[in-house]
Amino acid sequence: MTQFYRNYLAVAVFAVAALGMVGAMLGVGRLVRPNRPQPEKYIAYEAGSDPIRGFGQSNVRYYVYALLFVMFDVEAVFIFPWAINLEALGVSALISMIVFILVLTLGLVYAWRKGVLRWA
Amino acid sequence: MNPLGVASIVTPGVDWLGVAPVALLALAAIGIVLQRSILRRASVAYPSALIVAAVGIILSAVALIAQWHRVQTDGSYTTLSKMVAVDGFSIFIGGVVLVATACSVLLASRYLDRERLDGPEYLALMLLSASGMLAMASANDLIAVFVALEIVSIPLYVLVAYDRRRSTSLEAGMKYFLLGAFASAVFLYGVALTYGATGSTGLVGIANYLSEVTLLERGTLLAGLVLMLVGLGFKVAAAPFHMWTPDVYQGAPTPVTAFMASATKAAAFAALIRILYTALGGSSSDWRPLLWVLAVLSLLVGSIGAVIQTDVKRMLAYSSINHAGFILIGVQAGTIKGVSSALTYLAIYAFLAVGSFAIVGVVAGRGDADSDLERFKGLSSRRTGLSWAFTLLLLAQAGVPLTAGFIAKFGVFSAAAGAGGTSYVLALIGMLTAAIAAFVYLRIAATMFTPAGEGDQVLASSKVDLGTGIVIWFSCALTIVIGVAPGFLLGLAERATLLFLR
Repeated sequence: MTQFYRNYLAVAVFAVAALGMVGAMLGVGRLVRPNRPQPEKYIAYEAGSDPIRGFGQSNVRYYVYALLFVMFDVEAVFIFPWAINLEALGVSALISMIVFILVLTLGLVYAWRKGVLRWA
Repeated sequence: MNPLGVASIVTPGVDWLGVAPVALLALAAIGIVLQRSILRRASVAYPSALIVAAVGIILSAVALIAQWHRVQTDGSYTTLSKMVAVDGFSIFIGGVVLVATACSVLLASRYLDRERLDGPEYLALMLLSASGMLAMASANDLIAVFVALEIVSIPLYVLVAYDRRRSTSLEAGMKYFLLGAFASAVFLYGVALTYGATGSTGLVGIANYLSEVTLLERGTLLAGLVLMLVGLGFKVAAAPFHMWTPDVYQGAPTPVTAFMASATKAAAFAALIRILYTALGGSSSDWRPLLWVLAVLSLLVGSIGAVIQTDVKRMLAYSSINHAGFILIGVQAGTIKGVSSALTYLAIYAFLAVGSFAIVGVVAGRGDADSDLERFKGLSSRRTGLSWAFTLLLLAQAGVPLTAGFIAKFGVFSAAAGAGGTSYVLALIGMLTAAIAAFVYLRIAATMFTPAGEGDQVLASSKVDLGTGIVIWFSCALTIVIGVAPGFLLGLAERATLLFLR
């Protein structure tokens, strides 16, 4: 075994430990928990509305909301490092971030004007 | 150090002229989305979006010309901490992409009305994709190549499936999306392995490392090279990564097909050439055999596949695979001459493809209903001008002398002959497949000049609108002008290659 692969030994150990831990938790849960099956328990949870039966088992309208969420979620990834370094970076960084947020907001405005945000 | 103990970041200097062509196209796309949010009436929104798109393309072209003049006097340069290279090569490819984009917008201008599709969104997506292509042409870092590749691809996935009431368009979009996402992932894996082997993602950094250090174990680097070739081979539609091409070219709305065949191919080849020549230029003995195999497969699959098709759009899709093979002949030569011949070929093929697909779009009629070869029967008696224009473009694609296609093919063959060795064999195979492909082109031409029989249904084709007319005239005129007097284009390509930053 070369040094290169030995470096990855930790990854393998970690993977085995992770599998073992998940297996132990699920296994113990199965042994301990009571078992009273009801049909309602097998319905996918969809924020309280009736799920769509069939292939995807989820309403396609969630997809657009998920996209809009991801848009601003990813924005946060960029904003945190930016905010920490803002003082050092100066005005140009402020302007760049404002432009970035404006472009993202424009996407939201477009979606809103398109009527995507109405649940009907 | 700031209060939180994080080392401060040095922001890279920005040369605004260097990024202007990309930024202006993206700005135009954002402008279209903005005015679409304000103007809801399609009758107002679409014409104004067309104007914004035209202004964006023209301004971007002006910025490219300004770059060209600057590069002529001051030489090539990089900006954004060597992420972006501004050199003759990037400007040449950028010009090809912009011309192809302008043609595709012209083709789409009436098409979208005819098919009752949303106009502004289409234009915004097309401009975004084109801005990614410009970024790809000047990307000087593997990460920049990947980001540009995604900017190109994601709008294209949507554009291919744009006619969402037509199941063929949706199917094509789905196929392109699944395979394209897979190809992007493979490319990224290749980038990761190359970085692992050389410790740099910058193309120049990789080249420097490889020239200073002799790798004991070359496996990682070679695996990275192969995976990057797979990813880019998919985008340029080279066999054996061509499976999607016929289905997607056939199903996509015709202006999108024209855009993909011309602009996407040029941009993907730009990235391929830059990675191979700049980063791996010293180890060309590694990638030349790989490209040799890709070229042979593309030439054979493209020409033989086209023979058995009965749909003209599919025939042109296979011919586009065949053309990818010809361009690969130039690329694999590994010489300056090879690069400039590939550039010339890309420029010429761009307007040949746009013109051909424009005519197919007209003949196929409403809803891209039917581009079957049967439908072209007797076209010469119904639409004389159109059938002659198509014949000219097809002859050019076959490489008949005195057309632009001959100049393109002659260039790659002489580059291969200059490289010698196995490239000779490749040139011979190329000529053989050119003959096979010529059969396909002549078959389409002959069908147009065969009178329609009694039993044949003569379906109404649509009219040639202003935008499509301009595109067809433009590509036919260029075909003849460049065929007779190729000096200008060849000079440009040569100049662009000499200014290729390495």
